[in-house]
Amino acid sequence: MKIGVITFPGSLDDRDAQRAVRLAGATPVALWHGDHDLQGVDAIVLPGGFSYGDYLRAGAIASHSPIMAEVIDAASKGMPVLGICNGFQMLAEARLLPGAHTRNGHQQFICRDQKMRVENASTDWTNGYAEGQEIVIPLKNADGRFVADAETITRIEGNGQVVFRYLDVNPNASINDIAGVANERGNVVGLMPHPEHATELGFGPDTADAMRSGTDGLAFFTSAIAALTRV
Amino acid sequence: MPTIVVEVMPKAELLDPQGKAVAGALARLGKNEFSAVRIGKRFELTVDGEVDAALLAQVDELAADLFSNSVIEDVVSVTVND
Repeated sequence: MKIGVITFPGSLDDRDAQRAVRLAGATPVALWHGDHDLQGVDAIVLPGGFSYGDYLRAGAIASHSPIMAEVIDAASKGMPVLGICNGFQMLAEARLLPGAHTRNGHQQFICRDQKMRVENASTDWTNGYAEGQEIVIPLKNADGRFVADAETITRIEGNGQVVFRYLDVNPNASINDIAGVANERGNVVGLMPHPEHATELGFGPDTADAMRSGTDGLAFFTSAIAALTRV
Repeated sequence: MPTIVVEVMPKAELLDPQGKAVAGALARLGKNEFSAVRIGKRFELTVDGEVDAALLAQVDELAADLFSNSVIEDVVSVTVND
């Protein structure tokens, strides 16, 4: 099972995403934004960072990268695609996911261990969770406010396309506390928090059991493997 | 050389945190004549050669697809400065 992680100019978390893929039991493949080649991968992760310095709009310039033609084509054929943070912004800019992102309501960068609820446990990236499960993974962004028009919000809420909702704190004034969404088919998922930073003992968020022992993000990657195995 | 100017504004119904921060600064400076500030973007495209209808059509397309995101922004004007 090969899961590709695309590196864009300004990606920061591509190596962490590759490590998370390996910890989940798949083989990570480094992909390059300037190529027109997915190297035969079974799933794709668009990692976090600040591609092109977030100039124009976060994720906007990267969403027009050469490899995005192949990503859009593969996504339309049902390949699992996950966008994390800047990757989520790219998927929204590429119109693979509904909505868009603006600057956080409070105008500041925010970094915290974020609690959220899994609202849809049937997507390719969340089937390893239980519906309604509460998880904690790191969040770090400046342009994380999810927005869409009222009609779109009603539609995605009704379709179960709201996959994650912030709990306790809405860190960026996102509409309806939305932390992550999916396309209708459930193969493309994007979220602002970072599951790849909560996959390994000693490096995740603190839990009641021990410091830095949170691994709530690992099931994203095992979910994709399960989705691909099921096919 | 002619310049094509594209202006983009955040949608009226969306919170504009940048504008809000500047409005707060104006209030602190005692400039109470202004009730709100909104901040947008201006793109100046320098053209090598003539501006014709085909080029303007291309710029309209770019304004809609790249310079702005219709979920959060509106293209408010595309003008040519000779």
